[in-house]
Amino acid sequence: MRILVCVKRVPAPGSRINVTEDGLSVDTAHLGFTTSPHEECALEEAAQLIEEHGGSVCVLTVGPAEAEEQLRYAASVGGTDFSLVLNDTGQDWDPQQTAASIGEAVHQLEAETGIFDLILFGNESADAGGYQVGVRVAVALNRPIVNGIKGIEVEGESLAASREVDGGIEVYSLPTPAVLGIKEGINLPRYPTMKGRLASKKAEIQTTETKVPAGTQRLVRLHRPEEKVTETEVLGDGPEAATKIVDLLDELGVL
Amino acid sequence: MPGVYVLAEHDRGVTDPATHEAFTAASALAANLGESVVAVCVGSFDSDFEIACSQYGISEGIILTSPLITDYGPEIWGQAVADLLKLCDPRVIVAVGTDKGNEVLAQASARSDMPFVANCVEVEHKADWAITRTQWGGSLLEDVTVSGDFLFLSYAHHAVEPVPSATPSEVTLQLLEVEVDSALTRTLVQERTTLTEGATLSTASVVISGGRGVGSADAFAPLEELAELLSGKVGCSRAVTNNGWRSHADQVGQTGTRIAPEIYIACGISGAIQHWVGAMASKNILAINTDPEANMVTKAGYAVIADLHEVVPAVIDEIKRRRGTT
Amino acid sequence: MAGRLDRAVESKRGPRVSDFPKEAQCVVIGAGIVGNCLVSHLSEMGWEDIVLLDKGPLPNPGGSTGHASNFIFPVDHSKEIVDLTLESQRQYEEMGLQNTCGGIEVARTQERMEEFKRRMTSAKCWGIHSSLLTPSEVKELVPFVSEDIILGGFYTPSVSAVDSLETGTQMRKKAQEAGHLAVFANTEVLDIETAEGRNKPRVSAVVTDKGRIECETVVVACGVWSPRIAEMAGATIPLTPAVHQMADVGPFDVLVETQQELAYPIVRDMDTFCYERQTAGSMEVGSYAHRPILHRVEDIPSNDEAALSPTEMPFTADDFDQQMEEAIELMEFLGDGEIKYAINGLLSLTPDANPVLGPTVEVENLWSAAAVWIKEGPGVGRLMAEWMTYGYPHVTDPHGADVTRFYPQQRNVHHIEARAEEHFNKTYGIVHPREQWATRRNVTNGPLKARTDALGAFYFEAGGWERPHWYESNADLVEQYDIESREHEWDSRWWTPISDAEHLHMREHAAIVDLSAFQIFEVSGPGVLDYIERMVVNKCDLTVGSSIYTPVLNQSGGFRSDLTILRLATDRFRIITGAFDGGRDEYWFRENLPGDGSVQFENRTNAVCTLGVWGPRSIELLSSLTEDDLSQDAFPYGSHQEVLISGIPTEMFRVSYVGDAGFEVYTPMQHGLALWDAIIEAGSSVKLRPVGAAVYGTSGRLEKGYRLMGSELEDEYTPVESGLARPKVKAADFIGKEAYLAARNEEPCAQLCVLTVEDLTCEAGYRRFPMGAGNEPILTPNGDRIVDAKGRVSRVTTAGNAPSVGQYLLMAYLPSELCEVGTQLQVMYQNEHYPVTVAASGANLALFDPNNERMKA
Repeated sequence: MRILVCVKRVPAPGSRINVTEDGLSVDTAHLGFTTSPHEECALEEAAQLIEEHGGSVCVLTVGPAEAEEQLRYAASVGGTDFSLVLNDTGQDWDPQQTAASIGEAVHQLEAETGIFDLILFGNESADAGGYQVGVRVAVALNRPIVNGIKGIEVEGESLAASREVDGGIEVYSLPTPAVLGIKEGINLPRYPTMKGRLASKKAEIQTTETKVPAGTQRLVRLHRPEEKVTETEVLGDGPEAATKIVDLLDELGVL
Repeated sequence: MPGVYVLAEHDRGVTDPATHEAFTAASALAANLGESVVAVCVGSFDSDFEIACSQYGISEGIILTSPLITDYGPEIWGQAVADLLKLCDPRVIVAVGTDKGNEVLAQASARSDMPFVANCVEVEHKADWAITRTQWGGSLLEDVTVSGDFLFLSYAHHAVEPVPSATPSEVTLQLLEVEVDSALTRTLVQERTTLTEGATLSTASVVISGGRGVGSADAFAPLEELAELLSGKVGCSRAVTNNGWRSHADQVGQTGTRIAPEIYIACGISGAIQHWVGAMASKNILAINTDPEANMVTKAGYAVIADLHEVVPAVIDEIKRRRGTT
Repeated sequence: MAGRLDRAVESKRGPRVSDFPKEAQCVVIGAGIVGNCLVSHLSEMGWEDIVLLDKGPLPNPGGSTGHASNFIFPVDHSKEIVDLTLESQRQYEEMGLQNTCGGIEVARTQERMEEFKRRMTSAKCWGIHSSLLTPSEVKELVPFVSEDIILGGFYTPSVSAVDSLETGTQMRKKAQEAGHLAVFANTEVLDIETAEGRNKPRVSAVVTDKGRIECETVVVACGVWSPRIAEMAGATIPLTPAVHQMADVGPFDVLVETQQELAYPIVRDMDTFCYERQTAGSMEVGSYAHRPILHRVEDIPSNDEAALSPTEMPFTADDFDQQMEEAIELMEFLGDGEIKYAINGLLSLTPDANPVLGPTVEVENLWSAAAVWIKEGPGVGRLMAEWMTYGYPHVTDPHGADVTRFYPQQRNVHHIEARAEEHFNKTYGIVHPREQWATRRNVTNGPLKARTDALGAFYFEAGGWERPHWYESNADLVEQYDIESREHEWDSRWWTPISDAEHLHMREHAAIVDLSAFQIFEVSGPGVLDYIERMVVNKCDLTVGSSIYTPVLNQSGGFRSDLTILRLATDRFRIITGAFDGGRDEYWFRENLPGDGSVQFENRTNAVCTLGVWGPRSIELLSSLTEDDLSQDAFPYGSHQEVLISGIPTEMFRVSYVGDAGFEVYTPMQHGLALWDAIIEAGSSVKLRPVGAAVYGTSGRLEKGYRLMGSELEDEYTPVESGLARPKVKAADFIGKEAYLAARNEEPCAQLCVLTVEDLTCEAGYRRFPMGAGNEPILTPNGDRIVDAKGRVSRVTTAGNAPSVGQYLLMAYLPSELCEVGTQLQVMYQNEHYPVTVAASGANLALFDPNNERMKA
């Protein structure tokens, strides 16, 4: 199986995300960077699939040169080939631009090495959360895509992909080549081993530059939502608070 | 027909309650833009749709049909919605930012090569679209301008309080046949399994979650019992899933399930941001925690500063006592 | 329903505080291991109104304690650190929060194996059981070690791992349950207010985001944040946040199977500066090998900005790769473990790697308790509480950790960062006792620097000053005096035979010593006599022109300092103290000023240049440069006079720390160079040579048995035991008098002695030379440790060659029954025993010219 996994470098923030003074980006002075959680799972899923079925996992990212860190991380947890589409503008491209740049990169990669049986995206990125890049790429490639996937079974030339919905599970059957948007929970991603980390330093990373069309969305500013100041009412400091808790449940009509 | 088109989300004819948020938001946006609201339903006609339109004061409804649309399928639904651009003259097409709502709009926008802005909280149109949307699952807001006349947008789920119209409207329904590519049936739902009866985590009116403080998988038993007594669901924090105590399906949080119950009872949960953004839409929060300074406690409307292992059984006993079942 | 949440009250069992307190006796800022332990000890010592604040949540507010590896290797070469560590282990054990798992330091190099011998010596000295292991013995204890890459191990069974967070919680609870403590987490300190104090600003209130607390005393126990908090009051706590990387790797079956938190001894891979510590199924790998990564305090994120905690910063993997490779060399299975958690953990580094404890220099009643490791936390808690309660600590003499030890030029961020960068990689390094700093040199120079440079001076740093330790220009004397070289590189490191040659030359002819680094204070005013009498043991009310050498005691009667005082006028005294003691002494003298303006204190160090001129022909030399009569009759020993030397105004003081006739000559700094040149020029007629501080500070004084602060003189010994008690006690009251009188009334259980080493030949057949670094125990002929009735171990306080006596000498306190001259004992050095004999004890320890005839010639 030839699998492509698209990942995004995102900051790993604490419980309060600060914005730079110009309002145009997250203040990452104190922060490390990571791969969006859904994509970490996508990568893990790809690694497991090739462990079972054989093949390769190409990992692609669109971002600054520093995104090499995420590709090396991917190399330490099962990635085999690596491609960095350089965006050195200092700002994320909008979803249409990002999808266009990935689409172009996929064309190029496939021209060089062959069609990917499966392209995996995260359901949405941890930061921007645009919910559409994978879909746009799939549509441009005219390949089927389903989002929110929490299970993949390979069934010959097709894939059974399942996702959780309220009250149950939906199963889709997609012919390959296919695209899936992966959701956290599909697996528990492995951590890199020390050997894996050391080996990842030798991974070859192909960097490409691309021209993207003008975007339609322009970031004006980021800001934090107004914090709701909550007055906390203490119902007690021991089991005797049970009476008051049950009173409250009654009051709210859920008893 | 111009207007604000709003997608009704349904599962085989049963309208998803989240649609009410979309209807409310669309009506407000339409009023703002001086447009009328048109509700759109893909594939299936059911009286549910008409009732919802009526309740929310929407008098125009369109049902997009095709013999190929036999069930939900992101591609085929997306194509159908995209066809609206050709068939009608929508000013904007909106949905609620559920997984399905975002998926369908992403498909429709990709297929029509139009912008799509997900999880908006404020939308205005001046020279361009001026939108405030959520990032980081709601921890940050992004002000963004979008050029062009038309766009797709979804409203952040749980950000809008559904407000039914004071006077139900007469609904005119129009069936619109769309021509969709038969190849797109490849992503129709093939099969379903029902996991649980009744309420789900995201729809439950009572959610009782445990965090690291619960201590083990077995120690969730009292939480289960309390949830059962209240017809609620048990959730958990990311630490719990990471420890393998509960399945990821129970995880409340940015990458888990977002909930909006009448009351959220958070037991032994510190309240990291990842968890908080999944729980913040709850109407009431009761935190049970030994640490009065825990994030969850300071953000909760109600708190009990004590050990959950003592409090939860006491609450169970008290409920049983009042119900006369002990 | 119950009332609104009062976030202030952490526990209902604490004091009933319905509101944030408006007043407190003492506010401790920082609820890490130090702050928590401190409040508990304060409570036990009778403090009843304490407030503990932290800006983070409890029990882990996000400081360094929260990510500590929590293990304790008790063996260290420093007595002070070992005292604190053993006291801490005692407290952890008492609370049941210590897991004694043992620990092995492994060596990959021969040099490290040598270091292990030194560690064996230290272990013996402090009474800690340790042993040397062969590689296969290491493997028996830790089966997954690659024995082929190690040369051996140093095993200490009492190495332990502790639960520092739970210790903190229990400590805090104890004080709360006693009703003495209120705790406020998530409380940010915004300001520390000061009011006019006795001699400097005094803390008056702590302002927080929850309210303002008026208080008498404030303790900054904020770890990496301490400098910023202290600065709010205008005080300095010299430390810098620095990264220590660690990664949690696993799981491994071999560890999981043990079903224990710690089934195997902790391993320190000393030559790669790494450790491997089991944590249940995983291994924690930590490093002090990566490049020094320092942060500024203002760059540490807040609790809610940080992804983990503020002091668990994003891991910079590139810095750790080499350590991973080396860890895999030692334990191959580590390579297959998943890196589940990895951080750039912040800890505090000070300019000299010691903690910063005690009252701050700048602000009255503002205390520092920072740069403390988990292994010292509870001990420091007790030490600080004692210090705050009684005015001095019992746990150990904290002079090496005293925050006042730093001079102003050592308190700025440039100095702190340069030194921290330099010593970070020495955390597991082999640091020679005489090792000199490489960075921040030539910052403080005397006026003679150009001349001493030209003479090939080799400088040691003395309290920040560059002080010639020997002169290469004297290399010709080595052959002349036939000085022995040292065979072992360790013994000869930071040492030269030139020093002994300089010594013998001084004894034969004359020598000049650059003493620019002397710390010189002057106190004056109408109240000065009362003041100075109160400060020191010996009587100061002597005629103008005379001098006093005197102990300075703390309230317990132990040594705080020893120094020389000159009476310059009826209302003016000059205080002369050593380059290493100026910071602490200035603090002490200023702190005790009467506060009514009747005494002025002035630090004249930078205004006065001091030269020492000694040797049998020194009087002749100096006389040739002045009209004045310098004979013993006209200018007796111990007196001082204003003298013109070649027309340069000087204050000459007839005194000697080296045992020969001569003077300390003081002149205004701007004349220092001219004075030097004049003496050097005239000196050729008497074969004058410049000699270094090795002669002044060690060989010269050792032959005379003179004591040195920090070596022989420590606060756990009294003037009686050190042989510095005078026959009579002055009538005036002075600090420590009561304790001093009591000490005089009892038989001293130990006395300072000088010992000769009978045979320096080591097992390998050549001569070795004990360092006198404080960790070499004196042993009985049977090889047993010697401990006096007060529990103090006999150990070498100074060691060195006595060229004029022809002996290698040691100083050590011995139990009185072993003090008799001729008693035969042993000394341990580098894990070998050497025979020694008591050569002198009591007041006069001089083996050279015991009747002081030369000095008074």
